[in-house]
Amino acid sequence: MKEKEIICECGHVNPYGTEVCGSCGKPLVKNDSNELLNMRYEGAARRSQTYNKSIIDKVWNFFSSVKVGITIIVVILIASALGTIFPQELFIPPGQDAATYYAEEHGWAGELYYTLGFHNLYGSWWYMLLITALGISILIASIDRFFPLYKALKNQRVTRHEKFMSRQRIFGRSTVSDQDETMNKAVSLLRKKRYKIFEENGNVLAEKARWARWGPYVNHIGLIIFLVGAMLRFFPGMYVDANMWVREGETVPVPGTSQDYYLENLQFDVELYDEDDERFQGAMQAAPGAEHIETFRTHSILYMPTDESTVGAGRELEAISEQEIEVNSPLYFDNYSVYQLDYKLNELSAMSFDVEDRETGESAGSFTVDLNNPEDYYTLDNGEEVYIYDYFANFIINDAGEPTTENNVPDNPAFIFEMTNEDGEEELTFIRIQRNFEIRDDEDDPHQYAFTFAGIDTNHVTGLKVRKDLTLPFLIAGGSIFLLGLLQGSYWPHRRVWLQRENDGEILIAAHTNKNWESIKKEIRSVTDQTELSEPVDQTDEEYEKEYKEKDNL
Amino acid sequence: MNSLAELSSNLLYIAFFFYFAATVFYILSVTGRQFRNKEGDVKKNRWGTWGYIATVIGVVFAFGYFFTRWAAGGHPPVSNMFEYTAFLAICFSLAFVVINGIYKSNVLGLFTIPVIMLIIAYASVFSTEIAPLVPSLQSNWLAIHVITVALAQGILAVSFGAGLVYLVRTLDLSGKKMTKRTFGIEFIMYTLLTGLAFVILTNVFEATNYEAQFTYVNEQGEDAEKTYNLPAIIGPNEGVLETEDRFSPIFYAPDWIISEDLNTVVWSFGSGFLLYWVIRLIGRNRRISAMLQPLLKGVKPQTVDELSYRAIAIGFPLFALGGLAFAMIYAQIAWTRFWGWDPKEVWALITFFFYAAYLHLRLSRNWIGERSAWLAVIGFAIIMFNLIFVNLVIAGLHSYA
Ligand code: HEM
Repeated sequence: MKEKEIICECGHVNPYGTEVCGSCGKPLVKNDSNELLNMRYEGAARRSQTYNKSIIDKVWNFFSSVKVGITIIVVILIASALGTIFPQELFIPPGQDAATYYAEEHGWAGELYYTLGFHNLYGSWWYMLLITALGISILIASIDRFFPLYKALKNQRVTRHEKFMSRQRIFGRSTVSDQDETMNKAVSLLRKKRYKIFEENGNVLAEKARWARWGPYVNHIGLIIFLVGAMLRFFPGMYVDANMWVREGETVPVPGTSQDYYLENLQFDVELYDEDDERFQGAMQAAPGAEHIETFRTHSILYMPTDESTVGAGRELEAISEQEIEVNSPLYFDNYSVYQLDYKLNELSAMSFDVEDRETGESAGSFTVDLNNPEDYYTLDNGEEVYIYDYFANFIINDAGEPTTENNVPDNPAFIFEMTNEDGEEELTFIRIQRNFEIRDDEDDPHQYAFTFAGIDTNHVTGLKVRKDLTLPFLIAGGSIFLLGLLQGSYWPHRRVWLQRENDGEILIAAHTNKNWESIKKEIRSVTDQTELSEPVDQTDEEYEKEYKEKDNL
Repeated sequence: MNSLAELSSNLLYIAFFFYFAATVFYILSVTGRQFRNKEGDVKKNRWGTWGYIATVIGVVFAFGYFFTRWAAGGHPPVSNMFEYTAFLAICFSLAFVVINGIYKSNVLGLFTIPVIMLIIAYASVFSTEIAPLVPSLQSNWLAIHVITVALAQGILAVSFGAGLVYLVRTLDLSGKKMTKRTFGIEFIMYTLLTGLAFVILTNVFEATNYEAQFTYVNEQGEDAEKTYNLPAIIGPNEGVLETEDRFSPIFYAPDWIISEDLNTVVWSFGSGFLLYWVIRLIGRNRRISAMLQPLLKGVKPQTVDELSYRAIAIGFPLFALGGLAFAMIYAQIAWTRFWGWDPKEVWALITFFFYAAYLHLRLSRNWIGERSAWLAVIGFAIIMFNLIFVNLVIAGLHSYA
């Protein structure tokens, strides 16, 4: 059913639900009242104020209510605050089980926190739901208001209905000796204050910064784009977040790039602040012995495999750039960024061993094992071969009492070497730092070849973070639009002053602004002071006006 | 300490002195008599102008402190608790100078400059040594982000000052009975006095080098030692006083409480309470707000309300820019992610949501005036909470502790 349009006496056709004629401003409802007009949306018909029948109407009205919007904001605010009472799950020490951690650290309160799911609050479905509701609310509330407001401001006429004038918050009636002269003077003063002047039948509308009215809508659009961008993270492939550890001299595929890129760590450096730096003497003496790290960086080379080489070991690589990756100065390529995040100094990289032939009493030779890439066997000076029977990079004895390795980081390397002696028997020797024994069939029969530990080499390892985030353009666009809209709506007020001639030599003055009423009053005061016009009153605070006219001692 | 650093700290003392002078001038301007000129018009006395001038000079010296310290340390001085807190106070005074340039309010000066001095004094309780920056802080974005945030918070703080003026001006404070409103406003006064008490206490005991050594049993059940810089009302768990001639504790805290901090809190709130009642009794048992109220008779409520709103309308976009946009850019570069739900980040977001809610509430006429003023006070409380509590208690990546 199409609702009736409202035809105003000025001839303007207003949509159903309009409260104030979009053209001449005549009040269309409660038109014999003297209450101030509700000017927020110019009295234009808004869908949410007009229809309330279908489900769609109800949902629309719910989300376009500012009350509901504020409630959503406040609920998000409170929820967010709750999430900071105890650390979120991602901040608890690695390796801790959340189920027990909260109870142990924070007692019954911690347990409750965990049970309620607050330990992972910002990723919870209901937090997401709140954010979604916020987005929907912003969107619907904006649409509900923008179009009517836009039309009303576009259709507004200069000459206004008298009731429109008298029911403005700022309104005055002046009797002047010469209407023309007063009008002209007022117009030129308003022009100087950068008002745009519209004239019709000798009446005047002075308006400035109408564009600022769109500020909230621009910022809301920005917010919606931002929220959409944030939601895009849930689509696979939108972002990569991977750690990589690279030893000096090592070249490894960059994780998350499907082996399209390789990175070499040529050298890793940590720089400390000079302990004699006189700027920091006070602070350094307050914490004696503390290390003051200035920066750390990886001298890296980025490679791409050449077209011909196939995936797998030994691909042919082509260097494409050489760069220092430093804290606050990541390496950017393609859509990826590689950040300097962490490091490990002096990780074991190689171990050397001497082998003695007990039969001759002479050295059989020495060999060095690269702990990250051990060979199958090593040939000694005397031509004999040492086989690696077993290698444990990070040696532990597991629960079953068997020797094994915790991972392949050589923090605690252990070997079982195998050699064949002159009698053709196989000799096994277990060796790790400060531990060395021969695995013998007969306790009293030592091996022919005796191993001794000769030395170690160490190496620095750089900890890098690889990131790709295809949602960033949305966030940047949304954030920028948001900020521009905020600026537009907050730093400029939309002001209008109407001057209207009456037949008996009177001039009516009315004014409206969307913010900072004291400032528009000051502007008008400076116009009325210099013309025959008398100062209009602010009808919301008449009694104050009287009391403070003289002694506004603020 | 090198000579530039020394100059820098002297400049801050001078600035503090000018803020003090400004406070005195503003008191004179508000309490001083008005007079009639030859034509018989009521004229205000000139003290307010002097107050404004003193504030401007104070701000100039304060920025002198800021830039000389920057030169001395080689990095923007916004990277520890002292530096950030002092800079926030400086921005607060700058915002006051700018906004008061538009609205010319002596009363606002009377209410904000003492708070600014209080914040500077609070800052100086923390170590003022220039410390080297950890790697992630060495970025131009540090200066850009933190300076914008401080400016924004300084401007938002002005809305608190104006909100307070509005409340003291308009609330009915005469009745003997305590209402929600009179309790609220007196609680604000009491909180400010507690801050004052804390600053005075720590400075007095520091000047006398008060130290009391305790041995106690810590959370792990091990024997440990700690030093109190205030007389111990609350001692550590199973604490034994090792220093002679020192006040011996009345209570002992359980092991999971940081007892010296609790002790300081007790001292501050206790002395704040004392201070509050001393002032109240001097004022013939009137509420402190009721004592101030007559001074504000000439203030027009709508103007302070608008001033308070205007400070938020100016500060909010700036806060969004510095506290969220610049923060995210910086975090993306320094910490590899633009957002990580670190408590400090969350509290910046909460501040943002709070002022967003304020702006939307003001769309309704009911919320203009008194309710707005209460919200402006709460907003400032959130900013201070973020500065003090989140930094010192809820440790995160940003913690300056
Ligand atoms: C955190 C999210 C939000 C932010 C940052 C935001 C920001 C703003 C800002 C800065 C203004 C201008 C206020 C002024 O000039 O005084 C505004 C106006 C407005 N906002 Fe929002 N807003 C948000 C969410 C919402 C929501 C959820 C609604 C839903 C009801 C909403 C509805 C409105 C309306 C109706 C206006 C007035 C528009 C006008 O004056 O023409 N906003 N918003």
